[in-house]
Amino acid sequence: MIRLRDIAKVYPMGNRELEVLRGVNLYVKQGEMVAIMGPSGSGKTTMLNLIGCLDVPTRGSYYLETREVSCLSRGELAQVRAKKIGFIFQSYNLLPQLSALANVELGMKYAGGIDSEKAMAALARVGLSDRANHKPSELSGGEQQRVSIARALVKNPPLILADEPTGNLDSHTSEEIMAILTTLHNEQNNTLVMITHEADIARYCQHIIHFKDGRIEREETL
Amino acid sequence: MKKWLEPLADAWEGARTHKLRSSLTMLGIVIGVAAVIALMSIGRGVQAGILSNIESLGSNLITVSPAMSYERGGVMGAGSVATLTLEDAAAISEQVSHVSAVAPYSSSNQQLVYGSENVNAQVIGVTPEYQAAYNLETAEGAFISEYNYESGAKVAVIGASVAEELFSGVDPVGQKMRMGTSIITVMGVLESKGSSMMGSTDDAVLIPLSTLQQTISQQRTSTGEHIVSSIAITVSEQGQADYVVGEVTDLLRSRHRLSSGEDDDFSISSMEELVSTITEISGALTLFLGAIAAISLLVGGIGVMNIMLVSVVERTREIGIRKALGARERDIWSQFLTESALLSFTGGLIGVAVGWGASKLISGMGIMGEMTTLVSADIVILALAVSVGIGLLFGFLPARRAAQLNPIEALRYE
Repeated sequence: MIRLRDIAKVYPMGNRELEVLRGVNLYVKQGEMVAIMGPSGSGKTTMLNLIGCLDVPTRGSYYLETREVSCLSRGELAQVRAKKIGFIFQSYNLLPQLSALANVELGMKYAGGIDSEKAMAALARVGLSDRANHKPSELSGGEQQRVSIARALVKNPPLILADEPTGNLDSHTSEEIMAILTTLHNEQNNTLVMITHEADIARYCQHIIHFKDGRIEREETL
Repeated sequence: MKKWLEPLADAWEGARTHKLRSSLTMLGIVIGVAAVIALMSIGRGVQAGILSNIESLGSNLITVSPAMSYERGGVMGAGSVATLTLEDAAAISEQVSHVSAVAPYSSSNQQLVYGSENVNAQVIGVTPEYQAAYNLETAEGAFISEYNYESGAKVAVIGASVAEELFSGVDPVGQKMRMGTSIITVMGVLESKGSSMMGSTDDAVLIPLSTLQQTISQQRTSTGEHIVSSIAITVSEQGQADYVVGEVTDLLRSRHRLSSGEDDDFSISSMEELVSTITEISGALTLFLGAIAAISLLVGGIGVMNIMLVSVVERTREIGIRKALGARERDIWSQFLTESALLSFTGGLIGVAVGWGASKLISGMGIMGEMTTLVSADIVILALAVSVGIGLLFGFLPARRAAQLNPIEALRYE
């Protein structure tokens, strides 16, 4: 599903250069649930942005499914994000002016068009059918994250990326969110890559990658 | 939802979320469009007013007067040589088609006396056709009849101002006044027409042409024809003026025995020419007013750009989210362009309403005297189109900035 070969990412910092990733090699199988762990500043988020086609590597090659995406244009990358990738963020990133349903519909907007029935079904699967018309500000943190999961999954993308999906939630709600993610992952059989700080959360995954100083320190497969 | 409606619905949603900001954006456009509509309506109103003023004089009027004569290189002025005659007028009436009234006339300044009052007025000797040619109505009494003309009756129809000056407090009809050695009976008073650039009949005294010729002057040409100072002709159908001018020219040239090399010894001016000159002048006035208003519309457009730029900064995170969800640059681009076009179009609609109201108000207050403002459809459509155009033009830069945002930085933006 994902094949990274000698990926490096360098950011210019004034006249010096900041090397955030220094040669990452990674292989993720289709249908895997992967956790990326590591101290802050170790390059996890940069890694996830690259995998999510929000950014391109300075060096190295990235194959998503069978296609090399490390050399695509910005427009082509947008198309890949629209069709292949669902994002879940730590701070949910819902649009505050839109209802829960409209936020989920936004997930389909750039991937071929809005289908309200499908959006409603996605909300039902995260247990929020009765809150479809509520604005994000009227929902709890856990509920907002469930809306954002529904938004990521509604177009049924082969790859789901989550950046600390439970980072802003208490442990009880975190477990609920992970249970939903796991269930939906099993149902849809997509590949899920998530960043987490918590070992408890990482335990839901079969494949754990430990990052340190822009490199993979070690990998565990359960 | 229909596919093409989606961007509009998004734009509406975006504008509705930020009510204050959207209304401020629109305000500039509202004021600009309202100014365009109101000022242009004044310009158009003045134009229509002047034209209807001319219309009341008879827009299908053609006046034939003797040509300016040139003597030793100097212009002696119109009418300095008498060449037109009563017989010319009769010939035009008989031989030229599309003519409804032919009114030959002569005039002379005379002292009029009534009791202790006296007034110097232009006395015009006319035929009954003069009434039709100049759209004259009598306020009191009757106009000069065929019988009055034939018999050379010593009667007069006087202008409103003359009536006021000479007969203050007395009903002029039936009164006798002295003109030179003749005693003239007032048989009617003309309705006031107000002043116009063509001079006014308010200050004139009309008597039968035959009476004028008998009492004041009796000029004849060498062939014995009766000289008149001008001939007024009305064209029976709109648009036939050129034809009539041509026919009259040919007829008079042959009657005056002018060979093909000679210049006309008369000149013909048609009201249509005057109308087109005035239309041009007042059109320029309207354009000038419109240009002033357009500047305020431009300022409004810059306001739109300002606020859209702020809006892009404020919505950086939203743009980042949309991009993460797969929005391409042109999706973001069209979203912001649609929004600014929608805002300025709505502003334009409100501006049309406000401008229309203002123009009604200006009319109502009577600032323009007898004239009223005129809101015409073409200006409304133009103003709306321009406001959409301004939205697109000044939304361009903000939309491009939004579209080119880096998604990672945009997502990180607080």
